[in-house]
Amino acid sequence: MKGSIALHWRRIPERYRLEGTHCETCDSYYFPARRICRKCRRKGRIVPYKFSGKGRIYSLTEIHSAPEGLEDQIPYVLAVVELEEGARCTAQIVDVRKKDIKIGDGVEMVFRVVQREDPEGLISYGFKFRKLH
Amino acid sequence: MRQVAIIGVGMTRFGEHWDKGFRDLVTEAGLNALKDAGLSGNEISAGYVGTMAPGSLIGQEHAGALIADYMGLNPVPITRVEGACASGALALRQGIMAVASGIHDIVVIGGVEKMNDLGTAAVSRILGGAGDQEWELFLGATFPGLYALMAKRHMHEYGTTEEMLASAAVKNHKHGAKNPYAQFQKEITMETVLNSKMVADPLKMFDCSPITDGAAALVLAPVETAESYSKKPIELLATDQATDTLALHDRSSLTGIKAAEIASKAAYKKTGLGPKDIQVAEVHDCFTIAEIMAIEDLGFFKKGEGGKATLEGRTTFGGDVVINTSGGLKAAGHPVGATGVKQAVEITWQLRGEAEGRQVKDVEVGLTHNVGGSGATAVVHLYRRL
Ligand SMILES: [Zn+2]
Repeated sequence: MKGSIALHWRRIPERYRLEGTHCETCDSYYFPARRICRKCRRKGRIVPYKFSGKGRIYSLTEIHSAPEGLEDQIPYVLAVVELEEGARCTAQIVDVRKKDIKIGDGVEMVFRVVQREDPEGLISYGFKFRKLH
Repeated sequence: MRQVAIIGVGMTRFGEHWDKGFRDLVTEAGLNALKDAGLSGNEISAGYVGTMAPGSLIGQEHAGALIADYMGLNPVPITRVEGACASGALALRQGIMAVASGIHDIVVIGGVEKMNDLGTAAVSRILGGAGDQEWELFLGATFPGLYALMAKRHMHEYGTTEEMLASAAVKNHKHGAKNPYAQFQKEITMETVLNSKMVADPLKMFDCSPITDGAAALVLAPVETAESYSKKPIELLATDQATDTLALHDRSSLTGIKAAEIASKAAYKKTGLGPKDIQVAEVHDCFTIAEIMAIEDLGFFKKGEGGKATLEGRTTFGGDVVINTSGGLKAAGHPVGATGVKQAVEITWQLRGEAEGRQVKDVEVGLTHNVGGSGATAVVHLYRRL
């Protein structure tokens, strides 16, 4: 996705530091941040929460046909990561090929370049994960 | 509330229409539907059109006005409806509600997408808008990638195999070969699917629906007057829609599309019908895994048994239920906004006994299942001969 610097900038707390939210009413964790708890709706007490960055692979695939902006990275492993607090997110898994990682493996967050628009354009940073050994 | 019937249907062939634009496709389908209903056009009091992304695909918004204009229908109100790949069924649902409520009598429904004016990479990016742009697509997900994540989890939990996935594509090409409106009217083998280029493991090129141009249309009327227009009106027994989280990762389970399960249960409850009463269904097989999950979510097979059932031939002619006689999205093609309407057109032909070489015997009740994105929107309709 091209374009707005403001769009990338306002997501910095989540993309750079895994800051989401926690509902104190029902103990649910949300990443990215949600202002309305899906379980408690208006009864939820939502507070900011910084995730530990540790989690497990819930499902994974290897992308061979990349979207615009990620062509130079294929093939890459993409996963649904279940963070240890319970929330799940979609992320790339770096430094690993498909055959060396499976559902259930432990992972931790790393900070990486996510997309380059073009050689002279905006570089977007954010979280990816790597396998814990 | 009034009961609603389909009194006419029509569509374009699905495929790569280099010589036809958005407005050409939708007017061709619309005229076919009006002709089928025996209407001149003067009877129409409103229209709804499902189209996902004409603004991005051809730079044209304001699709409702464009279609009213080129269908020669001004000043009839036509409204565009959008719910990603479920836009077509959502348009049908709006029309049903308009007729059922008594606000409108004769309503035309269209579905259209013109996708081949852009290259594959651009089309993929635009279709990505059906998912969560900031928290899936930006981070490296693609649409095949999201369905691959579901497939991997389905394989992990239920032992579904790549052969089982491939068998859905082989079966849909076999059906599509008998459909003159299908993009690919050609049978394929299991080896073709399994040896095709990897897109997002385990999904290969032949597990994926293609990029397609096309349109479909139908005409609705209240049941009480339907027989004055059509010799074989088809009653809409139920229209149900449900939503789920936009992003796949926020769902409690990745092995099914819960919104589809909820919508189908609501439709069954309302009508007193169940999966065993249905002989033919058009389901949203944007990827082979999507068909496996659909036949489980709709209750045709137990959770986890959809892959095995497909491989064993239980979803083709002579099986428990015939799934995707049109060839599905895989072989008939997937002009995104048109798909949901095309499904209703195909079921109408089946219920009228007009599906020719792909006709299922003794059809009483049909079902359509149209899904938006990775499952954030699902729409289920039930149909019966009047
Ligand atoms: Zn809560």
